[in-house]
Amino acid sequence: MTPANHVTPATPATQVTPTVERFTRAERWLHWATAVLVLTAAITGLILYVGPLTALFDRRELLKTVHVYSGLAMPVPLVAAYAGRWRDKVRADLRRLNRWTPGDWRWLRSRGRVAGDQVGKFNAGQKANAAFIAGMIPVMMATGSIMRWFDPFPLEWRTGATFVHDWTAIATWLVVTGHILVAFSKPPALGSMLRGRISAAWARDHHPRWVPDADGATPTMAEPSPASQEEPWTSASG
Amino acid sequence: MDHTLGPVEHPLEADRGPAPERPAPPRGDKDEGRGAPVGRRIVLGMVGLGAAGILVGDRVNAALERFFRPVTENDPTGLTSFVPSAGRFRIYSVVSFDPVRSDAEYRLTVDGLVDTPLKLSLADLKDRPPTKLVKDFQCVTGWRVPEVPWTGVLLRDLLEEAGVQSNATHLRIYSFDGAYTESLTLDQARRDDVMAAYEMLDGPVEQIHGGPVRLYVAPMYGYKSLKWLDRIEVVDEMNPGYWEVRGYDVDAWVGSSNGREGDAPT
Repeated sequence: MTPANHVTPATPATQVTPTVERFTRAERWLHWATAVLVLTAAITGLILYVGPLTALFDRRELLKTVHVYSGLAMPVPLVAAYAGRWRDKVRADLRRLNRWTPGDWRWLRSRGRVAGDQVGKFNAGQKANAAFIAGMIPVMMATGSIMRWFDPFPLEWRTGATFVHDWTAIATWLVVTGHILVAFSKPPALGSMLRGRISAAWARDHHPRWVPDADGATPTMAEPSPASQEEPWTSASG
Repeated sequence: MDHTLGPVEHPLEADRGPAPERPAPPRGDKDEGRGAPVGRRIVLGMVGLGAAGILVGDRVNAALERFFRPVTENDPTGLTSFVPSAGRFRIYSVVSFDPVRSDAEYRLTVDGLVDTPLKLSLADLKDRPPTKLVKDFQCVTGWRVPEVPWTGVLLRDLLEEAGVQSNATHLRIYSFDGAYTESLTLDQARRDDVMAAYEMLDGPVEQIHGGPVRLYVAPMYGYKSLKWLDRIEVVDEMNPGYWEVRGYDVDAWVGSSNGREGDAPT
């Protein structure tokens, strides 16, 4: 992670790429902690669901425990992201993710999802992904809890909860797989979720209606490491 | 822990408060903070659909299963077994380890109120007249696997061989997982669709399905068909089984118990 305010004066010898802050440290923690929990639940869930895979593991009770508690922990990173002075920027981004402008719909319908000139800090795909995950978590927690602690509920609820849990799990696998594939196809965007900063040129081209310094961040000149030219998702703390 | 659909914490509802409390759109962002709150609508829509699914999912599931059945029954690839509602087995166990017993070391004990206690190897069981059934397997949690082939020895034949004493009324059945038990009345156990099965799905009963030998009680919900069958004790009182202690019906007829009147009898 690059210190956000690290400024290196340009020297004639090095090529300097201007970058802007896209995600604060708290936002990156929120993203990656949620990602670890969702992936853990998805993988243990797949093993418990697919009979031939289940047969390969003889500690099924442990898998079940890991599955249940990684699911129940999913809101914890969000609560933590709201727990301190870092909450303002988290909140500002959640607000941006919530609101869909007419430009977002145009971007969604456009051939090849080219940026157009209407996309803000998040495009409609990123907004849809965030909304899906935010809806998936309470649905999976509620249905999973009914499956696990079914005693107080009518039996039909257990069947219904199993039904919802199964289909939502399949949808989540598709959405998360798509999210990861898109991230790997756009290294600068993935890099910004790893290091927090993104090149000013990328921000201008892909998020023209986002003004990066609007919420206080000042564009700074970060020193690019040689590696970050080819592999921007690797550490840039050169 | 979230047991209900009650107030659920999620990010896009975070700015739900009255308008004056909302943070102003970040200064300078050209139109951030404007536009419809589609994100929140997606979240609330999913929560609403999820709640509806919990309430009516058992019926939707049954309808989907009927719809899928012609496809799943003629699917040589087996891929459809990964689709929910497509009639697939789910593996349940009540213990934290995998109960394993090899074919060679397997023994089935029949004892209690009998004249001649039995201790039968897998080969002994296969020497006795086999019974073949093709019948559905219905779980009390809603899933159903249609037309499963079963081969085994009727409990009736084993009980007759052991010689049940006149004061006996029930069976207490034990799994070699060390935890699971089941109960049957003698009348239920003597039906011609209740067996100690050693073949299932056209092959030996797999370990995850309760092999080498499991119970198959065709007319009842799956929890009666105890896996990893170890011992059948003939007794003179009803001892509720593992799940029956936990609230399931002792007489678990498919379609007329456990509040599941919609299931077709197996």
